[in-house]
This record gives sequence, C-alpha cells and structure tokens, in this order.
Amino acid sequence: MKRKNYFTFVVTLVLCLALLAGCADKPSKPTDTAPIKLGGIGPLTGGAAVYGIAVANGAKIAVDEINALGGIQFELNFQDDEHDAEKSVNAYNVLKDWGMQILVGTVTTDPCIAVAAESYKDRIFTLTPSASSPEVVKGKDNTFQMCFSDPYQGIVSAQYIQEKNLGSKIAIIYNNADAYSTGIYEKFVSEAEARNLEVVSTTTFTNDTASDFSVQLSEAQNAGADLVFLPIYYEPSSLILAQAKAMNYAPKFFGVDGMDGILEMENFDTTLAEGVMLLTPFAADAQDERTASFVKKYKELHNDVPNQFAADGYDVVYAIYEALKDKDVTAETPASELCTQLIEIFTNDKFVFSGLTGDNMVWSKNGEVAKPPKGMFIENGVYVGMD
Amino acid sequence: MDFLSYLISGISLGSIYAIIALGYTMVYGIARMLNFAHGDVIMVGGYMSFMATTRFGWHPLLSVIFAMIICTVLGIVIEQLAYKPLRAAPSLAVLITAIGVSYLLQNAALLLWSANPKSFSSVVPFDSLRLFNGKLIISGTTIVSICVCVIIIMTLNTIVNKTKIGKAMRAVSEDKDAAQLMGVSVNRTISITFAIGSALAAVAGVLLCSAYPILMPTTGAMPGIKAFTAAVFGGIGSIPGAFLGGILLGIIEILGKAYISTQLSDAIVFAVLIIILIVKPTGLLGKKVLVKV
Repeated sequence: MKRKNYFTFVVTLVLCLALLAGCADKPSKPTDTAPIKLGGIGPLTGGAAVYGIAVANGAKIAVDEINALGGIQFELNFQDDEHDAEKSVNAYNVLKDWGMQILVGTVTTDPCIAVAAESYKDRIFTLTPSASSPEVVKGKDNTFQMCFSDPYQGIVSAQYIQEKNLGSKIAIIYNNADAYSTGIYEKFVSEAEARNLEVVSTTTFTNDTASDFSVQLSEAQNAGADLVFLPIYYEPSSLILAQAKAMNYAPKFFGVDGMDGILEMENFDTTLAEGVMLLTPFAADAQDERTASFVKKYKELHNDVPNQFAADGYDVVYAIYEALKDKDVTAETPASELCTQLIEIFTNDKFVFSGLTGDNMVWSKNGEVAKPPKGMFIENGVYVGMD
Repeated sequence: MDFLSYLISGISLGSIYAIIALGYTMVYGIARMLNFAHGDVIMVGGYMSFMATTRFGWHPLLSVIFAMIICTVLGIVIEQLAYKPLRAAPSLAVLITAIGVSYLLQNAALLLWSANPKSFSSVVPFDSLRLFNGKLIISGTTIVSICVCVIIIMTLNTIVNKTKIGKAMRAVSEDKDAAQLMGVSVNRTISITFAIGSALAAVAGVLLCSAYPILMPTTGAMPGIKAFTAAVFGGIGSIPGAFLGGILLGIIEILGKAYISTQLSDAIVFAVLIIILIVKPTGLLGKKVLVKV
C-alpha cells in the first residue's frame, strides 16, 4: 500500500512539473491587451494537406512576429477541413463559437466558396490566402484574395508568351477535374486566340489519372508544339517533365504559380526543370531581406522550404495587421464592426500592401488583388527573373 | 508506330496493376476478404525504398529488398492485429476494418513523411531502348516491369501448384473448415498469404514509383482501386485472371486515352468492367462457385 502511495505521489509531482513547464512555454506578453482572434481554415490532413499546412505555418510565423512587436496582439486558431466543403463549414462554425473576429481562409477553392457564403451572412471579414477562383469573391463584399485570381493568370500567361515570343505552336495539358486549372485554361485560350497564338493540342487529365502522361505528350509532340503550357500544380508537372525527357521531347514548358514548389520536392532531379518558365508571386530563394528572414525562420521551425502558400499565409496576417495597426480595435470589437472597417480599408486606394508575394498590392471593390506577376525561369536549379 | 508505343505503355502500366492485383486476388481467394489496405502497403513500400536510397544511401536493389522485408512484416502485423480477431465476424466488418487500416496507413505516412510529395529516383539502371531510328522509345522501367511481372506470375503459379504450402493455400481456399480438420493450419496459411501479398505490394510500389516518380501518402490509393478492378475483371481469386485483368486494364486505359478521349479514360475502363461483369459475372477467368443453401 505504501508503495502505491509513493507511486501516486511521484506521478502527481511529474504532472505538476509538466503543468509548470506548460506555463514557462507561454510567451510573456509585452502588453496585457487581449489578442484579436483570427480563425484559420485549411486542409491539414488528406491529399491537399501540403497547402493547408504551409498556410498555417506561414500565418503562425507572422502572428508570432507581430505579437513580439507589441501593439496589436493576434491569436490564431487554425482548423482542419480536409479540403472538403462540408467539413470546412463545420470548422467555420467551431471557430465562430470560439469567438473568431477575422477569418484567414480558407486555403482551397471549393471549401472557400462554401465558407465565404457563411461569413458573408455573418459579417466576418474573410481574406483567403490562396483560394483563387473568382467564384470565391463574387458578390461578397467581405471576401478578399491574397493570391492572383485564376483568369488573371491565364491572361497574363498568354500575354507573356506572345510579347516575349516564347513559342509559336502551343500545347496545353490541364487538369479538367480542378477548378483552378480549368479557370486558367479557359482564359488562356480566349486570350491566346485574341493574340493570334496557335494552340495545336489540348489534352487533359484528372486527379485519378495524374500518373501517365505519355499519351498527352505524344499528342503534343506529333502536333509539333514548341511550347507546352501547364496550368497545373507541380506534382503532375514533375511527372510530365520526367516523361517528356524519357521520350526525348524537349519543348519549352511554361507553368503558373502552381508550378512553384517543384524545386523543393525532395530528391527531385532539378535538371529536369532546367529552362522551365513560370509565373509566380513568390520565390523562396529571392535575395531580399524579408524573404530571406522568412525562409530562414520557416526552415528552422519546420525543417522545410516554404512554398508560395506559406508566403500567402504570412502575407494575409500581415495585411490584416497593416490595416488594423493604427485603428482602435480590441478583442472586444464585434466581428461585424471589424468587417465594416476592414472592407473600408481594403477597398481604399490609399491602402497599399507590400509583402512576400508582391509589392504594392491593391484590392478592387470585388475583392481581387492586383499585383504584378513575376516571370521566372529555372536555371541551374534556381529561379531567375525573366525580365 | 504510335499505336505500338501506346500499346507498350499500356502493357507496362498493366503489368504494375497485375502485380498489385495479385495481392488482392490471393488474399481474397484464400481468406475471402477484400484487403483494401493493400494499396497503402504499396505506398509504404515506395517510401521504404525511397528512405533506403536517399537517407541511408543504399544501393537501389538493396532498397527493394529492404522494402519487401518491411512490407512483409507490416502485412503480417496488420493481419494479426486487425483481421485475425475478426475471422468469425461477418465479411462486412472485415471490409470496414480494411478501409480503416487503409486510412491509418495513409495518415501515419502523412505524419511520418509529411504531405509534401517526394520525387522518387528510378531503381532501374538501364537507359531507354530506341528502336526504328528512335521512333519507338521503350524506357528501362517498362522493360523491367514487364519482366518482373512475368517472373512473379510464374513463381506464384509454381508455389501454388507445386509446393506444400501452395497445397495448403488451395485447401483453405476451397474449404476452410475441412482444411482445418485435415491438419492444415488455417491461420498460418492466411498469414503466409498476407506476407506474400505484401512483399509483392512492395515490388509493385517500387515499380510504380520508378515509372511515375512521385511519392505521396495517397500514392497507392488510386492504383490500388484500379488493381482491385483488374482483379475483379480477370476473376477475383484466380492468379492468371489477375495477370490478364491487369494487363488488359492497362492497355484499355492507355488506348482509350489515346484514341477516344483523355477526359474519359477512367470512364472507359470502368464501362468495360461493367460490360464484362454483365456478360460474365465471375470475371474473365473466374470460377463459378455453386453455393448450396
């Protein structure tokens, strides 16, 4: 019996110590103001987890930096939605019960369309880091985007290709099961037509058939395409590059922001991506001080190179911070009042935000961001500016 | 020439499906259960080989053996922990458990290796073969996949038909209770079946990732489902059926993509499956089983 008591005592002691350790971990707050509650939603598990995790990590870094500055304090609560619209709305309701004042999210397009409809009703300001479809912001004055909208990328890609004379016969391989890819593709085709670019081959794949591209590539090759436009994410792109090489087909490849991340893929043979061109708002090896410090922090914390989603998450928190830092807002300010204030600020011409994913961003009334895309190409395994 | 090149791509894809389908078909034939976690064992095999070559710097061939050993152990552990206690349970319970194991493996991989995709370097050291003045290019992986598939089928056929354990397998597949009465250890036979199936999954994983060099926690899911379709197509429970089903499925998929529509390739594959099942419900080489009520 005595022995058992002794054991209980030790366990209690250890638990108490653990409790104390928990206290010590908490950052000492410079001010005693209660933090403003930021809700975040994105896929932290499942097939699209790579995007949600990146956004959550990037946003967390921004929140920690801002809290260390003193002044306005933020508290971030990031919920998983598994890239599922229904779960996303559930996560949104959880955050609302928690007392969310501003929504950072959601990360992926389809869930964002569902959640933005709710946040519009509830008057909660929503700034999505990466849901890029125009459907996300359409008809909702409270929803804004940090990333390019899909049609915009399609148009700019066609412009780039024509103005720089990158190719005369263009093949397109896109994912027709994906709103992002289809959105870019449609605008690209109409813009290409307006600019007299010849599209010689258009082939598709879906998430379930994204492994064998030999057919699509043969078709492009037989049509004599000298440039292949890839409005898709980097995972299938990496397969396309490898398979094109295996069949001795070496056109120019032109990607969009989804291509970003290809160089960071573990064990990826970067010589495959040599000469690949892409439009992206963020390059992890850019030399400016802000990017360098962000990348360094991210690597230390997560042992991974941040992609553009991480940068988008970071920028969203900073944009909210920039908008609110001189305003008289506290944890007590109701979400609807914050929403009205933030809409006013974001749609004001004087509000210009520079972040990791672009300089001098301004937002239109409908919530789309305007920022210059950066044309890059890959040389010796690093991004080099095209201009 | 295009047709020939598509055909070869199809056979190559099909031979990978066939190796995976063997795992499904053997387990179904002997334990009468659908092991939906099989696709995820493939993924584990891929990751093991990837870890062995990139982190430990091992020779690719050694990494394949390593992946096979780990997957064999994993297969036996899954069988012992998840399926064995349910031997007497209704088949629906086992099916749901298998789906659960599948999720468990996927999410464990997500935790261990993160969701970021990894680029797999092919374990096949040969260069592409160029025929007809370079008009027809056959990659080294394609040749190896096809050869490995044929070797595996022949070996398995020998094991099942010529060895003692093969005899036990056939006995268990025919009548579990009678086999037990005759002194065949049913549990041991099922464990061995799982071990063989999982080792094959590791080989399939390495070949799959060599042909399509991308590795994610969900890598095995879709090939797993396609291979299951192949097994049903060829007649589930039959080893030559799995081979035939796999190869045909691969060819239909690629040719459908090439000559009908890239958008409809999956729809075509499954439409063919439906037609086959309407005409011949047991699959191409399936045996008709009479159930007495």
